[in-house]
Amino acid sequence: MSEPENFAFTPENLERAKARIAKYPAGRQASAVLALLDLAQRQNGGWLSRAAMDYVAHMLGMAPIRVYEAGTFYTMFHLRPVGRHLLQACTTTPCWLRGSSDVVAACERKLGIGLGETTADGLFTLIEVECLGACVNAPILQVNDDYYEDLDGPATEALIDALKKGEPPPPGSVIGRRGSEPVGGATTLHEVAAPATGEEA
Amino acid sequence: MTDPIRFFLDGAEVEARPGETIWQVANRQGIEIPHLCWLPKPGYRADGNCRACMVEIEGERVLAASCIRKPSAGMRVKTASERARFSRQMVFELLLADQPRRDAAHDPGSRFWQWADRLDLSESRFPRHGAPAPDRSHPAIAVHLDACIECTLCVRACREVQVNDVIGMKGRGYHEKIVFDFDDPMGRSTCVACGECVQACPTGALMPASLVDVNGLYAHAPDREVDSVCPYCGVGCQLTYKIREDRIVAVAGREGPSNQGRLCVKGRYGFDYVHHPDRLTEPLIRKEGVAKGNVAIDPGNPYTHFRKASWEEALDAAAAGLKRIRDAKGPKALAGFGSAKGSNEEAYLFQKLVRTGFGSNNVDHCTRLCHASSVAALMEGIGSGAVTAPFTAAMEAEVIIVIGARPTQNHPVAATFFKEAAKQGKTLIVMDPRGQALARHATLMLRFKPGRDVALLNALLYTIIKEGLFDKQYVAAHTQDFEKLAEHIRDYPPEKMAAICGIDAETLRHVARTYARARAAIIFWGMGISQHVHGTDNARCLIALALITGQIGRRGTGLHPLRGQNNVQGASDAGLIPMLYPDYQSVEDPGVRQKFEALWGKSLDPKRGLTVVEIMDAVHRGEITGMVIMGENPAMSDPDVAHARAALAQLEHLVVQDIFLTETAKYADVVLPASAWPEKDGTVSNTNRQVQMGRAALPLPGNARQDLWIIEEIARRIGLPWSYGHPRAVFAEMKEAMPSLNGITWERLLRESSVTYPCDSETSAGHEIVFADGFPTPSGRGRLVPAAIVPPAEEPDGEYPFVLTTGRQLEHWHTGAITRRAQVLDEIEPEATASFAPSELRRLGVAAGERVRVSTRRGAIELKARADSGVAPGMVFIPFCYAEAAANLLTNPQLDPFGKIPEYKYCAARVEPVAAKAAAE
Repeated sequence: MSEPENFAFTPENLERAKARIAKYPAGRQASAVLALLDLAQRQNGGWLSRAAMDYVAHMLGMAPIRVYEAGTFYTMFHLRPVGRHLLQACTTTPCWLRGSSDVVAACERKLGIGLGETTADGLFTLIEVECLGACVNAPILQVNDDYYEDLDGPATEALIDALKKGEPPPPGSVIGRRGSEPVGGATTLHEVAAPATGEEA
Repeated sequence: MTDPIRFFLDGAEVEARPGETIWQVANRQGIEIPHLCWLPKPGYRADGNCRACMVEIEGERVLAASCIRKPSAGMRVKTASERARFSRQMVFELLLADQPRRDAAHDPGSRFWQWADRLDLSESRFPRHGAPAPDRSHPAIAVHLDACIECTLCVRACREVQVNDVIGMKGRGYHEKIVFDFDDPMGRSTCVACGECVQACPTGALMPASLVDVNGLYAHAPDREVDSVCPYCGVGCQLTYKIREDRIVAVAGREGPSNQGRLCVKGRYGFDYVHHPDRLTEPLIRKEGVAKGNVAIDPGNPYTHFRKASWEEALDAAAAGLKRIRDAKGPKALAGFGSAKGSNEEAYLFQKLVRTGFGSNNVDHCTRLCHASSVAALMEGIGSGAVTAPFTAAMEAEVIIVIGARPTQNHPVAATFFKEAAKQGKTLIVMDPRGQALARHATLMLRFKPGRDVALLNALLYTIIKEGLFDKQYVAAHTQDFEKLAEHIRDYPPEKMAAICGIDAETLRHVARTYARARAAIIFWGMGISQHVHGTDNARCLIALALITGQIGRRGTGLHPLRGQNNVQGASDAGLIPMLYPDYQSVEDPGVRQKFEALWGKSLDPKRGLTVVEIMDAVHRGEITGMVIMGENPAMSDPDVAHARAALAQLEHLVVQDIFLTETAKYADVVLPASAWPEKDGTVSNTNRQVQMGRAALPLPGNARQDLWIIEEIARRIGLPWSYGHPRAVFAEMKEAMPSLNGITWERLLRESSVTYPCDSETSAGHEIVFADGFPTPSGRGRLVPAAIVPPAEEPDGEYPFVLTTGRQLEHWHTGAITRRAQVLDEIEPEATASFAPSELRRLGVAAGERVRVSTRRGAIELKARADSGVAPGMVFIPFCYAEAAANLLTNPQLDPFGKIPEYKYCAARVEPVAAKAAAE
């Protein structure tokens, strides 16, 4: 995919951007750079084009190079197009001990791509990331903004099938575990009533 | 001011001045501490990242970076403890691991290797990582990141010193990398090639391309250095030529008062023109029977139209023609154009040659085409044509106005100070019909309608007077004719002016209030103000703004017309002006004339002479038939240049003294090969009134001679018994004629390189800021001169619907005679282009890069179209440096009535696409 020439916020995102900028004192608009880059990335299909970074630079009165520096420093900004579903497999020690290699292998097998690659249909990009901070439910696969937890090879394949069908399952543990409760259910505090599921949402 | 801090450095009690770091105190004490990411030069901030300068502080757990750590009272610092030395040694050994081997180094004499030597390090025990590929995409700068230690000096050079914001650090951790823009090849990035990063780099990762071979190995090592001044713009940057076998191989910035070590692409990489094969090396005489008028002569082979002559023959022929015309038709049949690119001494001798040898005041130079109107207004308003404060005063201002000037292109080093000031939070207001690079740094950018300066400025004056924001005390004490101005300005309310100038009334009022209320405000302007038929009126408005608000004569205030040529200030001071003797003394004042008649031992013409464009008109009328042109190129630079060229062709006798066969020299009868700036000794005066010493660095090529010698030889042959010999002797005579040179001697300039005038004595520094208390006018007061709206001389119409404006580019100088022969500069900007708004190109159905034909009532040229969002729709911009598409074939020769400056910035034009077939024919 070639670099698009232009980028501009949608009216809704422009309002959001203004609200972000307004959080900082006059002359400190540059502080909003990460928030605006994130907005831009979301609007731009999950990646930041150079035009998008130039647009943010102009909006914040920053030299473009300063925005490029921020954009290249933070790994959550993607500087090349990504698939509609960005699969971020955590392979840091706890996830690895709990079988992240199977998760990665399942993705690779199912999608026919390696780490850092995108499927030809543009649906999936697979990357390896450092600790996602949900070790209690390891291993984790992050799909766009959602965490899928307690995965193994078959569960990962099932997840990918569901995503392909456009029927993403609810995020969270795929084995029905609630939060970080023990796998076999609560072992303490039995007398405390579990909150109704409706309240959780 | 806080008190000095007493602490202990290696056991001895020392004192730190406020703000000083441990490294600075140690350095002052003669204690050497290695350093890489710290560059003790003006404008460079310590960053403390490379850890090469670690010292031990008693009672502290960890070592401290001495370049950034400030001492506190009683602190005990050990610079040479075993722990500190071991740590520094280890830093160098780690860095050394990834460096190219010294015998394959890009710069084996880099600061890194110098320190490694002093630490006795040549090998590293650590494994080497893979080396990044070289980037040789830029014609002037070689990038070899295998030597990069990521000390970020280049980032600070680019971002904080020159404020260009091109270099940055990409990625994080192990993947960190110095990048240009978005990791673009340097040659395709937005880099303006100022070379500041190259000068700052401590390892040779960034090198002048001229000092490394194709394999990245160090080559062409300089064998000597000469300190001098840059020959390009009026900023007057001091520099050091690095020379190998009598060729300039590199240039470094020197810490002069106007540049503090900085240079731009021209000053740093634009010197090989001196060695270009087109250099004139033999005197030439036009062949018998070869008609004038053909500009298609190959400058590298003039022998199609000229023949080689001995100096004796050429000088005799040059002088005989002048003498014949003078004696037969009278002194007024001769005229001379001097040059603002030569030295003060040359300018002075040239005007003396015309005034005492030819016998008239028909002497002028290119100041007529740049700031003549500014000078006319300044002389009338405040009695002095020079700046009231240096451009560095921007750093002390609260509000900075830049109007009709594009300093990032034309005064790049001055622009660094403006950008820096803006970064520090000062209010920078840029006013220019075209968008420009400075706008990104500006608090406000006013893109007003071209040619509507007076409307804009009068609206500001209206607001300041109407709202009582003027400085009543200052106006009462130091100005005259305020009532007249106040009366006049009533007709110019912002609401009414907004429709004319295209800037809304509220913005106009805001700018007026901001300027008037500032503690200190300064105004800079350029050709966008002066090159109009209302150029003098434009400048009058600026002067009035400063006078009624008292924004003049104090620190951070003033009026500063940014002077163009490196010595346009000096050439004007030296009297290369038809109505003025040296130091702006009127030729029509009998007392002054008597003084000069006594000094020069000749009776002088009591009438003012003709100006540049007037001289060309007089040639057409047959009144002037002989000319000497030294280092100027009117066949490119005059407006409606076809008219000027016809005049040159019509001359009975034309002597041209230059370093190349310029378009003008192609019309000559006698061509005298002269000296380039790096080949001569002489002084020049920059826009800041700093008189600076230029030093000869190279021998003259072939049979070329010093300009001063040539002038003197012509003088002798037309009856003037001159024998100056050396510029020193000319300078001594200039001092007799010019009180402005008080306190400045040749010896002092040799010693100090730069002295600002006016200067009270040989031992005191000059006055940077003048007119603290009144003005050198007859009344001692600044005169307020109202200006009415005069429209441009030629407005667009149905036939010629575009506004054509002309100017310069960063890479090229004036008519391109020298810069187009500088390889790097010509490679960056190799051909003529006409810039349009992208929307305008779409409307014309022309893609960027396709050819267009631009025509006016005076001529037509064909050139490539360029998209530039800075150009307003309905406008076309063409730089005037390209002989193959000379913009001045198009420009309007209408003159400002006071400054006699032509309207280069505005005329009506038509644009048509050129069919591909026609272009191929």
